[in-house]
Amino acid sequence: MRVLVRIASWLYALAVYGFIFLPVVVLVLFSLQATSFPIPPFTGPSLRWYDAVLSDTRLTSALVNSLLVAVLSSLAAVTLGFLSAWGFARFTLPGSALLRGLITLPLTVSYLIIGMGLLVLFNWAGVPKSLLAAGIGHVVINLPLCFAIIYSQMGDHQINIERAARDLGAPEWKVLLLITVPVMAPAIFAGFFLSMTFSWDEFVISFLLTRFDTTLPVEIWNLLRSGLNPKTNAIGSLVFAVSIVLVVLFELTLLRRKPA
Amino acid sequence: MNAPLVDISSVSHRFGQQTVLKNVSLQIEPGSYTILLGPSGSGKTTLLSILGGFVSPSEGKVFIRGEDCTSVPPAKRPTTTVFQDYALFPHMSVGANVGFGLRMQGVDGATRAAKAREALALVGLASAFDKKPHQLSGGQRQRVALARALVVEPAVLLLDEPLGALDLKLRRQMQDELKAIQKRVGTAFIHVTHDQEEAMALADHCVVMNDGRIEDEGPPERVYARPSTRFSATFMGESTILSGTVTEAKNGTISVATPAGAIMLPGTLQPGAKVALAVRPEHLVLVAAGGAVALGTAEVSDVVFQGSFKRVLATSTVDPALQFIAKAPASASVQTGDNVAVSCDAGDFILLTH
Repeated sequence: MRVLVRIASWLYALAVYGFIFLPVVVLVLFSLQATSFPIPPFTGPSLRWYDAVLSDTRLTSALVNSLLVAVLSSLAAVTLGFLSAWGFARFTLPGSALLRGLITLPLTVSYLIIGMGLLVLFNWAGVPKSLLAAGIGHVVINLPLCFAIIYSQMGDHQINIERAARDLGAPEWKVLLLITVPVMAPAIFAGFFLSMTFSWDEFVISFLLTRFDTTLPVEIWNLLRSGLNPKTNAIGSLVFAVSIVLVVLFELTLLRRKPA
Repeated sequence: MNAPLVDISSVSHRFGQQTVLKNVSLQIEPGSYTILLGPSGSGKTTLLSILGGFVSPSEGKVFIRGEDCTSVPPAKRPTTTVFQDYALFPHMSVGANVGFGLRMQGVDGATRAAKAREALALVGLASAFDKKPHQLSGGQRQRVALARALVVEPAVLLLDEPLGALDLKLRRQMQDELKAIQKRVGTAFIHVTHDQEEAMALADHCVVMNDGRIEDEGPPERVYARPSTRFSATFMGESTILSGTVTEAKNGTISVATPAGAIMLPGTLQPGAKVALAVRPEHLVLVAAGGAVALGTAEVSDVVFQGSFKRVLATSTVDPALQFIAKAPASASVQTGDNVAVSCDAGDFILLTH
């Protein structure tokens, strides 16, 4: 009986992980297809589609654009998120609870609504569709996330640490730079890498807010309109690889910071 | 120059509707070890925060070395604080922690390291220089916090319940070390605690606080032997309190009517004055042929063995509201339920008018 339960639980686990990872495995596998259609039988392995992707300047420049938008928007989001979390945690503000609610509200609003809202706003303000506009959109969606992560980690026990620094003669900016940021580093990195991953494969906002220069997900979508081909699998695998790298980086920074 | 090192002048403080300090004035002498003693909510920690610059008082002024520091931020005042939770910087080594204050003063790396090592040696932790705070025990972190605060050579060192988080044995040991370190460096220490034993052991000057006011201050021996208020008689050590009214006064002697009978003692109060008489536990005698002044009989309600003595609680048979607290020798055979005759010597009464 116990053996049966064990086998059943293993099978269940296998089914769950299969359900999650099979699409990715298929995607990666058929990105190595030698022939022109990403359907069985598998004819690879071959790197010809990776070659095709990397020699496609539209795709490579979209990849660079995506990275640029992801890094810069995440930096902006994590900086603003940190500063607002610090402000809310350290100072008593009138209507603090309400303001905190407002700052995290965009987390619950769909990207589509945010994208359309920004489109209307930028249109009215005369900001042209561009990577900058998409980047601002990504800051809008990622700032609440960074704020929530950092704010949740900013406990009262750090107040005295900051006080001690002030007491020993540190001006406010040094307190922030030498004490608060290093102490909060795990949360700050978590916010940064999570923002990176979200920005990296964000589609709706980039689709609505960019025109000529665009990000990778939008470019992939363009590619898909002309039907499936192993090139889309290859670029998909690359996107996946970058996401994996980000997640590993995130885990490493978090683990390294953990006290022994 | 006989101006005090620290002069707290008529300081009051309110948090919202609540007044936590009521017109407090206090002077601290250079090189002294001052203890602010009081129960939680007595305002002692707020007073320390005002000295450290973390709180600006609602009213009154604070002078340090004769300079008005009332609204000078912590970074710019000649005080440093040892926080209750130590507040070490977790991401820095012990050496960097201790050197932080010097780094903020722009002292170069080599001098900083040398001074930090010196300060760590002073607190007996020379070997911990390269360690991280999380590798140290509570007592060691406490010492690092002390070294970090002392290395910048403050005019006044503020300690906020520094021994509160330590176990009893370590606490008594650190207590002795604190005193020794203070004597060696000669810096004025101001130390907040609710532990009266700690206060008596450490203080040159003991300040008893209650409900936002200073109840009593002076050398701990004086505060213990001659407390000036009913509160300090019961908070700094225990006391039996006899409430009464002066009925007669002549020739420097007053007669006080108390629940335990009329008691004669030296004094110059007017008849009708409300007073309280306090007696320290070690002065109460529980045997029949005891002291000169009989205080009636009492039934023993509790006996607590304390090692070197027994702490006896007894309820007066005359007035159940009157509780006697006495110290009996460890060998005494007194038991709960016993009826005892309580007495003491006339000279052991402490006359309290507040």
